[in-house]
Amino acid sequence: MTNLIIFLSLMVLGYLAGSWAERRHYRSIAQREAQWIHLPAVTLPQAGIAPGTVDHAHLVSGSAVISIDYFKRFLAGLRNLFGGTVRSYETLIDRARREAVLRMKADAVGAAAIVNVRIETSTIGGHGKRGNKSTTCLEAVAYGTALYLKDR
Amino acid sequence: MIVTNIDHVPGQNIVEHFGLVSGSTIRAKHIGKDIMAGLKNLVGGELKGYTQLLQESRDQALERMIAQARQLGANAVINVRFSTSSVAQGAAELYVYGTAVKVQ
Repeated sequence: MTNLIIFLSLMVLGYLAGSWAERRHYRSIAQREAQWIHLPAVTLPQAGIAPGTVDHAHLVSGSAVISIDYFKRFLAGLRNLFGGTVRSYETLIDRARREAVLRMKADAVGAAAIVNVRIETSTIGGHGKRGNKSTTCLEAVAYGTALYLKDR
Repeated sequence: MIVTNIDHVPGQNIVEHFGLVSGSTIRAKHIGKDIMAGLKNLVGGELKGYTQLLQESRDQALERMIAQARQLGANAVINVRFSTSSVAQGAAELYVYGTAVKVQ
């Protein structure tokens, strides 16, 4: 009985706090993406910038470690029974990647473009066996080369 | 030391190649941070302690790679790649590798 109460209260806490944090994070991401719109980040090694105009270039990176809330983890566990799209994890990974890209851009202040962007995802922590207390979280890293133009 | 992840250094020519250089570090989680992360795992969201920890480790791996390149007499490292793997429960390896070159 006590176990059930603990479980239910964790579910409610996870749901409320998790969805609040997610909404807030998405708002912040949208706002900062609009702010950095002038700095293109492309996966190509060139971004239409003539080689002669580049003054210097260096590696920039950004990362974010994000974990999922109790309620969504439970939902994902249920989803494992039937198969199909695990939407709760989709938003988690999406948030981590977009946050990593934004941090990479924040690392490249004054650059004209970021080229050859690579995004990597890895899980750190425990092995994510459902029910045990191992902390499974996800890290997204974005890195690329920031190009700075010569002063004219 | 110029570090890029494209196959050249913009505006400069590669005059000499020194081959692969790499740096790695394995970090375990801090017990205090782990407890905090455990709590955070209930409500979801960003684990700032881990982000910072991994960022510091990655910088250290980069520094090790740069030190190796410097020892070879290079002045730039191109085509840099990052990779992360979890080697044991609670420990992560951060590996950085690239090609050491001399540019002019």
